[in-house]
Amino acid sequence: MLQIVIVILVISFALYTLLGGADFGAGIVETFRGSKGEKAVSKAMAPVWEANHVGLILAIVIIFTGFPRVYSTISLYLHIPLMIVLIGIVMRGSSFIFRFYDTDDKTFHKYFSVLFKISSFITPVFLGIIFGAMLLGRINLNNRGSFYERFIMPWFNLFCLSVGFFIASLFAYVAATFLVGETAKTPEQKKYIYLSKIFLFFTFALGIFVVLTAEQECHHLFYGFFKSSLSIAAFIIVVVLVPVIFYLYNHTNIFYLRAVIGAQVILIILGWFAIHFPVLVYEKSGDNLTFFNTAASDATLYQLLIALFVGLLLIVPSFYFLFKIFKRTGPIKPDSIT
Amino acid sequence: MDDLIAARFQMGLSLGFHIVFACIGMIMPVLMAYSEWKWIRTNKQVYYDIAKAWSKGVAIFFAVGAVSGTVLAFELGLLFPEFMKHAGPIIGMPFSWEGTAFFIEAIALGVFLYGWKKLNKWVHWLSGIVVGVSGIMSGIFVVAANAWMNCPAGFTWQNGKPINIDPVTAMFNNAWFQEALHMILAAFIATSFAVAGVHAFLLLKKRGNIFHTTAIKIALSFGVVAAFLQPISGDISAKNLAKYQPAKLAALESLYKTTKSADILIGGIPLGLIAVEAGWIVTEVGRQPWIIYGVMKTKDAVSYMPGLRYSFYVITVIYILLTTIIIWLMQRQIGSLEKNYPSAVTINN
Repeated sequence: MLQIVIVILVISFALYTLLGGADFGAGIVETFRGSKGEKAVSKAMAPVWEANHVGLILAIVIIFTGFPRVYSTISLYLHIPLMIVLIGIVMRGSSFIFRFYDTDDKTFHKYFSVLFKISSFITPVFLGIIFGAMLLGRINLNNRGSFYERFIMPWFNLFCLSVGFFIASLFAYVAATFLVGETAKTPEQKKYIYLSKIFLFFTFALGIFVVLTAEQECHHLFYGFFKSSLSIAAFIIVVVLVPVIFYLYNHTNIFYLRAVIGAQVILIILGWFAIHFPVLVYEKSGDNLTFFNTAASDATLYQLLIALFVGLLLIVPSFYFLFKIFKRTGPIKPDSIT
Repeated sequence: MDDLIAARFQMGLSLGFHIVFACIGMIMPVLMAYSEWKWIRTNKQVYYDIAKAWSKGVAIFFAVGAVSGTVLAFELGLLFPEFMKHAGPIIGMPFSWEGTAFFIEAIALGVFLYGWKKLNKWVHWLSGIVVGVSGIMSGIFVVAANAWMNCPAGFTWQNGKPINIDPVTAMFNNAWFQEALHMILAAFIATSFAVAGVHAFLLLKKRGNIFHTTAIKIALSFGVVAAFLQPISGDISAKNLAKYQPAKLAALESLYKTTKSADILIGGIPLGLIAVEAGWIVTEVGRQPWIIYGVMKTKDAVSYMPGLRYSFYVITVIYILLTTIIIWLMQRQIGSLEKNYPSAVTINN
């Protein structure tokens, strides 16, 4: 039973990285495309952006129901970056919808746009920082030490920051590739392909940087990687898929391009996950929080599974329907909302 | 400011902010779907215009409701980690159902808001119904989780830990039904009267206008029925309180005396929403000093990170800012009604 819950948690996490990631990334990519970018992003994202983010709520609910100690530990020790993520989510969602529905006042429109882009960048960086902090092992459950040692040091370091930038770049890569299929004109498409290549390069470079900073902070990511055959396999496939992507860029096959990028992201998550399994939060003295030592009782997991199972039965077809309406037939026309 | 007080204020502010958007997000789809149904049946432009005009406002309210709801899901842990550590496995079940319902609501709303021209009328209408139903379901689930804090059930508390957890009993605790019923009816009343109030105000400026009179009729037909049922639901709740939380009922009675004079001052548009806020203050503050009634005190659940008050200050500033912007945006939306909708100009004789 626990295994199934873990699988669903990983799925909702992958879903969030792909859909939520494309969404956050769109805000980053937009920065490089000016007002044309804004139009493309608004058209592509407006019908789906809220649904894209529910993956996060699902993951949070699974964690606090199924692995309550993980949730309470993260929210206690990583209060500050979590608060920043929350503010980012609020700012981003509101500014997106405000500017989408209020196009008359140019000054305010500009402010909302700036706010949208900034929060689209900061939020994934801090999500990554939280993610890094869970793995670095600076969280001290004994609750001794200064404020800085307890509530800042676990996440404020080069490793966590590089994970943050890695995540932001990965999201931007997903988004740029996604937007290739959302723009009809060939010159615009070329620009998104170019951005996609740039962010692919950045993501790769930052990935290496993550491993280096991990070593510097005495977190042996590299060693863990070589011990996990699943991670090695995932990494090899991700790399092999790069030339495939370059082939697809030139032939602009939207469907396969998206499928390959999706596969890459899911493999990165799986590989990352395999290195650390079953640990969710590394603790300073080695008192790590794992799936096993934090799992709720069977009665709880059973009820959680029923809810998730019924949920997925309803959510998957509705999601398919939503994307079928808005994504297969190309971008929606701007007049369909007014 | 004391950190415990700050945490309580922050939670209260976040809930108080979210509940307005949640009510509107739950009830407006029902009103919109009703108007669209009338349009499909009668083919009168005014019903189409009303559903369309409302849906634009709802998009903004729903978005803010969604993000402020996400904030709440995290704040429970950020502010009261000790509570969530124990309560999570017990009341996670209604939360996971709520997550599911909300997911479907978000998907269906995307279909409804952006599918006007892409879908068959009836399919589009159906998507509105799905938004309404899943919205109300998610409201019921969240309130069931809250009801558990007032009427804890489904576990045995031993040595500071819950054992023998039974999530089903926890969800269907002794308060869930009356709280959920009361909340849904309150949402209908507050939203319907707020909508009717806005259109009534606009009608003053443009007497006999068919757009506003029709909108008022739709809103009131829901609001009045709910308002008629609410005292009955209130009576059920009060009797339940007398049995399980007598202190709260006592406080409720005295609170009533001290605010009696306020009734005349507030009138019209915000009355329903103020009632919702007051109702939640009774439910939540009336539970204090307990976070899980009779089991765990709020002061024992609060985060021990120093400086929680700064979170509260930041959140306060953000929510004030958002409220201001939303009011301003709504005014602009209302201002452009006549430009966008033919029936908003028509005058009935």
